[in-house]
Amino acid sequence: MATIELQNIAHQYDPQQGSPYALRNLSEIWQDRGAYALLGPSGCGKTTLLNIISGLLRPSEGRVLFDSVDVTELSPEQRNIAQVFQFPVVYDTLSVAENLAFPLRNRGLPKAQIESRVNEVLAMLDLSDRAESIASRLSADDKQKISLGRGLVRTDVKAVLFDEPLTVIDPHLKWHLRTELKKIHRQFQHTMIYVTHDQTEALTFADKVIVMYEGSVVQIGTPPELFQKPQHTFVGRFIGTPGMNIIKVNLRGNSAMLNDQVITLASSYGLTDGPAELGIRPEYIELSADRGLRAAVVAVEDLGRHLLVRTRVDDQIINVIARNGDSIPEVTRLNFESDKLILFRDSRLVEPRTV
Amino acid sequence: MKSRNNKAWFFVLPVLLLVAVSAVIPLMTVVNYSVQDSFGNNEFFWVGTEWFQELLQSERFHNALQRTLLFSALVLLIEIPLGVAIALAMPRQGVGVSVCLVLMALPLLVPWNVVGTIWQVFSRVDIGLLGYGLANLGIDYNYTQDVLDAWITLIVMDVWHWTSLVVLLSYSGLVAIPEAYYRAARIDGASRWSIFRYIQLPKMKRVLLIAVLLRFMDSFMIYTEPFVVTGGGPGNATTFLSIDLVQMAVGQFDLGPAAAMSLVYFLIILVVCWAFYTVMVNYDQTQDGSGGRHVNE
Repeated sequence: MATIELQNIAHQYDPQQGSPYALRNLSEIWQDRGAYALLGPSGCGKTTLLNIISGLLRPSEGRVLFDSVDVTELSPEQRNIAQVFQFPVVYDTLSVAENLAFPLRNRGLPKAQIESRVNEVLAMLDLSDRAESIASRLSADDKQKISLGRGLVRTDVKAVLFDEPLTVIDPHLKWHLRTELKKIHRQFQHTMIYVTHDQTEALTFADKVIVMYEGSVVQIGTPPELFQKPQHTFVGRFIGTPGMNIIKVNLRGNSAMLNDQVITLASSYGLTDGPAELGIRPEYIELSADRGLRAAVVAVEDLGRHLLVRTRVDDQIINVIARNGDSIPEVTRLNFESDKLILFRDSRLVEPRTV
Repeated sequence: MKSRNNKAWFFVLPVLLLVAVSAVIPLMTVVNYSVQDSFGNNEFFWVGTEWFQELLQSERFHNALQRTLLFSALVLLIEIPLGVAIALAMPRQGVGVSVCLVLMALPLLVPWNVVGTIWQVFSRVDIGLLGYGLANLGIDYNYTQDVLDAWITLIVMDVWHWTSLVVLLSYSGLVAIPEAYYRAARIDGASRWSIFRYIQLPKMKRVLLIAVLLRFMDSFMIYTEPFVVTGGGPGNATTFLSIDLVQMAVGQFDLGPAAAMSLVYFLIILVVCWAFYTVMVNYDQTQDGSGGRHVNE
């Protein structure tokens, strides 16, 4: 188990060809025993970052430190990390138990120790009854459990890395495995890093979620922080279903102008006048007959538990969550809960001035 | 339902006719010859299983069969490991891939009698590059007189001609292995040997079975190349079943014994192929038979 430190990491897959940076200048410290999730859309660099941490990839610039020791030049084996991949990797001809013993045997541990540790992990993953089955005969879910088990079987690993490990798993088992992972984390206190593009997975698994966008970390925070206070408009849009409304406005003192309509802000931001973005979650907008922005209803989607109302103010679409059964007029007004409004300038969050 | 089944027969009739003309009828004439004797004038006498009994007790047949089996065994023992080793050493990306694949495919494109002629000339002590070179190095090499030299020449020729097939099959199996397996192996601290033993070999198993099957059949039926290079000599040292068969049927015009030998020859190949087929099917069942879902494969 280790604290993982990244110093000025940047990566280009093909520097000679001048390929774009997959990662640009990352510096992070991730605490020992933490459960972290790397969250972001496809192509944001999260898998690249994971492979740099595991040692499968050498960064073009920067250093990786485990417990303050530079491991940039070390192989995955020397770094002593475990990694679970998107698709289950099992050694076809070996039994389930032999699969789990494989990493320990390669490191030349005594037989008795291997056996007791393998049995422990088998029990933990609910695979004890299939210990002697040939691994290739198992279902995809169980195969992925084996991959997971090979990661957990070594007690001395510095970190366990997951690269979208639940992609091939049935939805109802996903839930189960995620809970198992949480339990394993609490029990063994490994430093865990979990890559995913699924916000539910990230938010339920991790203590801290690292949101990545175009090769940069845009925010590190707990799930509530990401939800309430996105540091970047991207985070606001990305987290939540549907994401946060980002409304382009013209700031004038404490007023946000949308053409001729005005939203008065509750706090003072001390910004110069000019373009800015307002952020408000669809949950915090109320359809009103007489207060707020005038808007036209474009579409209503019934999500079962509630309605998603798409409205248009000038040329901007604003999503609103309404209660099931509410009657939706064609023209309405949007009343924002003013204490939930947040302000961005140049896509970055602006904190209100404390009065 | 019944009338429908009968119509189906009508539709397969063209294929049945074609197969009958191309395979079944010729085979039946062979069966016909194998139970009769002839003294010319197109007169035939029923002899029952006599030819078969004679064949199975004949030393000539036993020797030819042993030579053929030995040849197949040696060819498999050399070509399969060598082919796998070359496939492992081949590059996985870049221009090297196409260069290697083309080089590997070249021997496979050469007609068999040309392969024979190439090696026949290549190995000649008076003018052949190999034979002349060896002689000049002071090595006493002469494939027309020395049994061992003749065998070595034929085996080397077959290895040159057919190892590529094993290479190409193994290579196709190797490149189909997802990168994640190698990454997982690195993280698990697997040695080069462990990677081969637990990842590459199991993943190549199916293509290797096909390679073994093809190489067995071809080498067991080999005729053209040894016929061109050694003509079955020196003496009978390289007279394989096929060469013996042709000598008996065409050279001595012993139609009855030759037909009996053809059938036994055919049955041996059929039985071996059936055995391989059973092994392959059983292997597939142990892989997939448990009803597990295979997302990754």
